[in-house]
Amino acid sequence: MARRRLLALGGGLALTGALAACSSPLASGLTGSQPNTADVIFWNLFTGGDGANMVLMEDRFRKTHPGTSVEATVLAWGNPYYTKLALATASGTPPDVGIVHLSRLPLLAASELLDPIEKAGLGELGITEDKFTPAAWRKATVDGTVYAVPLDTHPFVLYYNIDLARRAGLLNTAGDGLTPLKGKEDFLAAVKAMKTAGGAQYGAVMSVIADPSTAWRYFSMIYSGLAGPVVTDSGTRIALDTEAVQETVAFMQSLTADGLMPGELNGSGANALFSTGKAGFLFDGEWQIPTYRQVKGLRFDVVPFPALLGPKPVAYADSHALVLPRNGSRSGTRTRDAAQFIKSLLDNSAVWAEGGHIPAWLPTQRSKAFLDQSPQRNYVQAAFDARYDPEAWYTGAGSDFQSVVGGTIIEAIAGRLSPKAAVAGLRSDLKRFTTARPPVTMK
Amino acid sequence: MTTVVPTRPAPTAPAAAPPADRPSRSERRAGALLTAPFLVIYLLFLIGPLLVGVVLSFFNTTTVKSGLGDWVGLSNYTEVVTDPQFWDAMWHSVLFTLLTTPPLVVLALAGAILASRVRRGRVLYRLAFFAPYVVPSSVVALIFLWMYTPQIGLLPKIFDAVGLPVPDFIGSTAGGWTAVTLMTLWWTFGFNFVLYTAAIQDVPPDVYEAAAIDGAGPWQQIRHITVPLLGRTTSLVLILQILASLKVFDQIYLLLSGGPDQSTRPVIEYIYDTGFTAYRGGYGAAATMVYFVVIVAISAAWYGLRRRRASSTAA
Repeated sequence: MARRRLLALGGGLALTGALAACSSPLASGLTGSQPNTADVIFWNLFTGGDGANMVLMEDRFRKTHPGTSVEATVLAWGNPYYTKLALATASGTPPDVGIVHLSRLPLLAASELLDPIEKAGLGELGITEDKFTPAAWRKATVDGTVYAVPLDTHPFVLYYNIDLARRAGLLNTAGDGLTPLKGKEDFLAAVKAMKTAGGAQYGAVMSVIADPSTAWRYFSMIYSGLAGPVVTDSGTRIALDTEAVQETVAFMQSLTADGLMPGELNGSGANALFSTGKAGFLFDGEWQIPTYRQVKGLRFDVVPFPALLGPKPVAYADSHALVLPRNGSRSGTRTRDAAQFIKSLLDNSAVWAEGGHIPAWLPTQRSKAFLDQSPQRNYVQAAFDARYDPEAWYTGAGSDFQSVVGGTIIEAIAGRLSPKAAVAGLRSDLKRFTTARPPVTMK
Repeated sequence: MTTVVPTRPAPTAPAAAPPADRPSRSERRAGALLTAPFLVIYLLFLIGPLLVGVVLSFFNTTTVKSGLGDWVGLSNYTEVVTDPQFWDAMWHSVLFTLLTTPPLVVLALAGAILASRVRRGRVLYRLAFFAPYVVPSSVVALIFLWMYTPQIGLLPKIFDAVGLPVPDFIGSTAGGWTAVTLMTLWWTFGFNFVLYTAAIQDVPPDVYEAAAIDGAGPWQQIRHITVPLLGRTTSLVLILQILASLKVFDQIYLLLSGGPDQSTRPVIEYIYDTGFTAYRGGYGAAATMVYFVVIVAISAAWYGLRRRRASSTAA
């Protein structure tokens, strides 16, 4: 008897649970329609500090738009996120707004997974080309159509320890910045000075071991000073400049020779050395700033990399951007809500800049709220000198391309590949991608 | 003391089926009707998708757009079989099978024999061994990920506490294989255990009785009665386990995402990566077909081997 009652109770509970679930996700799952649990459904891939900042920005939107509900879903960064975004969109159940890296945009746009932003009426809200960092806006444009609203630019930058730099005589006369460096001799001399005059264990450090993305960013930045993208024609042709590669690798190896910079160091090693004042420079993305801010007693600043091999400074960068995944049945109201949400994120992107990212929205980039942030304001120029991943269906943040090509660069930095061998290695890496058949026709 | 040894027929393999009279018409109709639900589902969800897959593998189909795309003939296949990463992934699946199959068969057999010999709480042991099998892979992976996490995980802490060098369970290839093998052992051990437990219950008790009377100790009983009589079950468990291990995806994907540096990526993840993440549905289908052929070949070889053995023992 007791058992029967228990079973009845359990069954009842399960039934009410099922019925409650029925109202939304279950029903929409069975009918294959877009879940309708909030006015704006927003997907992103931010955890940690960036995730917290994004939640703050969402909350600001909720406060200023009390009638509009927002549901934000955080998915695992990288390939898992992009796979889910693409499949959800292809199967007709996309979110209203999604975050993408602009380096990933070409394939998403060519696969017709995104609505052009013009269609969402963002222009009427004042979201127009003239209010964005030009490099980011250009990258958001595919074949003449704008598919994304850039939120930020996040470049690969040069960190330096202020105290070591002062001892090394690398600070400018005002003492508030690095002396201007130009060209590889200047740069090499500065790294040497950090070690000899500054008394650091290493002139510079960066994460190399098992970190192909960082290696690729570093290589790409130096190489781009000399030559164009490594692949062209939407990624079907190798355009590797042999001499530029050799020069780049030779330069990287000149830094690791003589113990100026460790050629084999992992991420936590680089972190430990820079945090404890044993390294003068750190090569990394600006998104590490929040990490180093927490280090007690470390005084550091961040600047764009100077021109190294070419005549002009180049910043390897990527951008987070907001997109509207294609949905033929999205109502006008939902689209308007989505546009309002995007506008609100842009207006609040000074919060986003706390994570180190340079707002792409010029009204914020020029606002006091952003210009009060240091060191963020010191490397804004990098956003204008940004060089993104080459346009292809396989490139972009977290892609196989970055890990394969970066793997070869790691070997070169560690000195296991001569400049000449690096060319051959990169060529065979690239061939693997250029000969694979693109899943969609790219323009 | 004179012992009368009762003469018993030696245990034989199940007798051959009685001479087949043709079943009556109504019986045949009932048979067809009873299997119909299964057949419909089988055709709809197994044979259907398989045929779609065969067709896709000849086209440059995109996963994210409707339509087949362009006809590309056999070029997907040539690309698959010449891609070293595909064969790396195939090898990883085979390696996983080699690592997991022997312990999963041997330990399950040992566990089942031990559990059948305890006098008290037999149900508890059976339940305890089988319970992990019903936990979903994502939950198992999350729990084990916590246990493996460097610095804070249970296992690194234990290694540290007893002064052993702490293996890098997540960040190194060898550590990754160890991690995934241990997790799989704990998780899927129960299935083979249940098969063996059922088979052990089928062994007639009088065989043991006879052996005991003949003076066979427990170990001799296990070696000369239990294990040989479980031969048919062992070959079933073995083939099921090989096929299940070759299909590995979720543990490795969830625990290691095929890393570090794709050094543990199984072939199913290769198919997932190319077919879904890179949108290359047609190519992914071609890779699936190559893998499918390999699996069918293994099953067929196994089946053939068993039949030859069965006919030679019958002769």
